[in-house]
Amino acid sequence: MSIYFTKEHEWAKVSGNLALVGISEHAAHELGDVTFVELPPVGKQVKQGEVVAAIESVKAASDIYAPLSGKVVRVNSVLDEAPEQVNESPEQAAWMLEIELGDPAETGSLMSKEQYDAYLKTL
Amino acid sequence: MAEPCDTLLVSPLNQQHRALGALMAPFGGWDMPIQYEGIIAEHRWCREQAALFDICHMGEFLFKGDIRASGLEDLFTFSVAAIPVGRSKYGFLLNEQGGIIDDLIVFRFAEQEAMIVVNAATAPHDFQVIRSRLSGGELVNISAATAKLDLQGPESRAVLTAICGEQAARLPYFRFISLDLLGVPTIVSRTGYTGELGYEIFLPTGKVVELWERLLSDQRVKPAGLGARDLLRLEVGYSLYGSDIDEETTPLEAGLEGFVNFGKRFVGKEALLQQQAAGVAKRKIAFTVNSRRAPRHGYQIQAGGCTIGEVTSGVFSPMLGCGIGLGYVDSAYAASGTVLTVCQDRVSLAATVCGLPFYTGGSLRS
Repeated sequence: MSIYFTKEHEWAKVSGNLALVGISEHAAHELGDVTFVELPPVGKQVKQGEVVAAIESVKAASDIYAPLSGKVVRVNSVLDEAPEQVNESPEQAAWMLEIELGDPAETGSLMSKEQYDAYLKTL
Repeated sequence: MAEPCDTLLVSPLNQQHRALGALMAPFGGWDMPIQYEGIIAEHRWCREQAALFDICHMGEFLFKGDIRASGLEDLFTFSVAAIPVGRSKYGFLLNEQGGIIDDLIVFRFAEQEAMIVVNAATAPHDFQVIRSRLSGGELVNISAATAKLDLQGPESRAVLTAICGEQAARLPYFRFISLDLLGVPTIVSRTGYTGELGYEIFLPTGKVVELWERLLSDQRVKPAGLGARDLLRLEVGYSLYGSDIDEETTPLEAGLEGFVNFGKRFVGKEALLQQQAAGVAKRKIAFTVNSRRAPRHGYQIQAGGCTIGEVTSGVFSPMLGCGIGLGYVDSAYAASGTVLTVCQDRVSLAATVCGLPFYTGGSLRS
């Protein structure tokens, strides 16, 4: 399994042709208390960079962009009733959706953990 | 963390906020704490225990003189002369068109002395307006010399008893007393902006750090930021000046006519009487949505596909478990129970007009 990050602070954990998607610790901290997560319908086709979900905190509302193209095959519906999990465990328990990858080569345009940590230091 | 920019005013508690790791942001021209531990945790602490807020940004003016002869009596939508000494009253300063220049509280200190407490962002303008309308008496802006802490929550009475004694803690709603605290003259007032039992404490700026630390040394007290304060006030339906009310809205449109005494003179009265006779075209509504998603300031309000208004405040309410909001709509759609749509871009929420407060379980009257 490999983990990748986007500049918009999503992460993608890729194993085989599947990728779990969520938001980074940094993004969860910046948002503050998460109060709502909008998940896509299972079966939805998404392109890399398209809006695939939405997240709201007390302070702000933001879109979640698909880090990779493909078909949504699973969503974490626990977040419907317990969106605070995004603050408690943004990079583990609070995964948001799983994508069956259309083009695994797209990971080449994402950042590694080290690159993402370096990117955060520039913000 | 970004340093405050040169133009922002700084609370005397700024170092304390930074030491507590607060997230700071500009509010009303001040660099203020938005949150410490987290907005929802601080909100809960206020509803269940006692929360301490730095409210030093708000403005205070001291008036001395004859209330009627000076014209102070004709300044606000309520009678200052009718406030007994030791009590306070909430109402409005209006422009000639009936628009709200500010919402404020007047504290009757003595027969010929009153303190006017106003919002931070509007304080300089309020001071000019009030002074220009006075024909006598003395008005002094004591904002810089005056610090304000709000202690709010069901445990606040017990906390205050330990520090100030029974007399302060037992104050009825909208009453205050003057006492010596930490060796300085202090006003303790049974008022607040949260819907909980609570107090607003005014004292000389030089002592506020000491009082802040003394209050926080009580295990029942935690600091809360302006994020929690906004959530708390919205759950009980209090208007936020600059969002829900401003110079473009009148107390009638805002549903706040209960704070207007038509039996006296005040600037803006003629305009309000005309508006009352003609009927208001827009009205402030409160609504809940059928989602955890929050309506937000600026979202459109629609009925039958037509835009009939706009959201002025909105948030997810932890107490109700859904989104709640305030907004203005065409008066035809303001009745309780009316079903409307709140929308923006991809977001569309079913909203139902309701009465206030949203949250009725507070300890305010206990």
